[in-house]
Amino acid sequence: MPETMTVQWQHDADAALDEARRSNRPVLIDFTAAPT
Amino acid sequence: MYPNPRVVEFIEDHFIPVRFHIKQHPTMWHRFGIRWTPTILVLSPDGKEQYRIEGYLPVDEFLGQLHLALGFCAVSRKDWKAAEEQFQATVDDFPQTDAAPEGLYWAGVARYSASHDGAELRKLGQQFKTRYQNSSWAKRASIWE
Repeated sequence: MPETMTVQWQHDADAALDEARRSNRPVLIDFTAAPT
Repeated sequence: MYPNPRVVEFIEDHFIPVRFHIKQHPTMWHRFGIRWTPTILVLSPDGKEQYRIEGYLPVDEFLGQLHLALGFCAVSRKDWKAAEEQFQATVDDFPQTDAAPEGLYWAGVARYSASHDGAELRKLGQQFKTRYQNSSWAKRASIWE
């Protein structure tokens, strides 16, 4: 796996929860203050 | 943590990943009661918080904690077998981390929850006499020695 790969983050909690219910997977939310 | 390929792969394989930056999504911080960064929340598909990590962790510690999170998600749906597998993974795959003694404890609890056999708790108490004796989880299990 290349070192450059990154997580494909979403930015809508409610859309993510809809997807979680459909796929029966938990949601992981990262709250960050890191420079963008 | 995130440029690490093991972390990226684990998150992509097991979770719906969401990221909120304090400057771009301040309302989300209030919604979920965030008080520090980084904070990781794991929500079960019904939206209930199952696990919270506050502060940075090295890769193995972080992956161990994510196994605990998946274990608690399984507990929330009373899937004791899946819960035990996730908790036990902290011991088997990340034995030197802080997650491991917690995982050992909850793996025993999951076995007991599935069987309601008190011998599982006594066995758990005995396990902590040979592993992680100085952890807070050994103290919690000491009642079953």
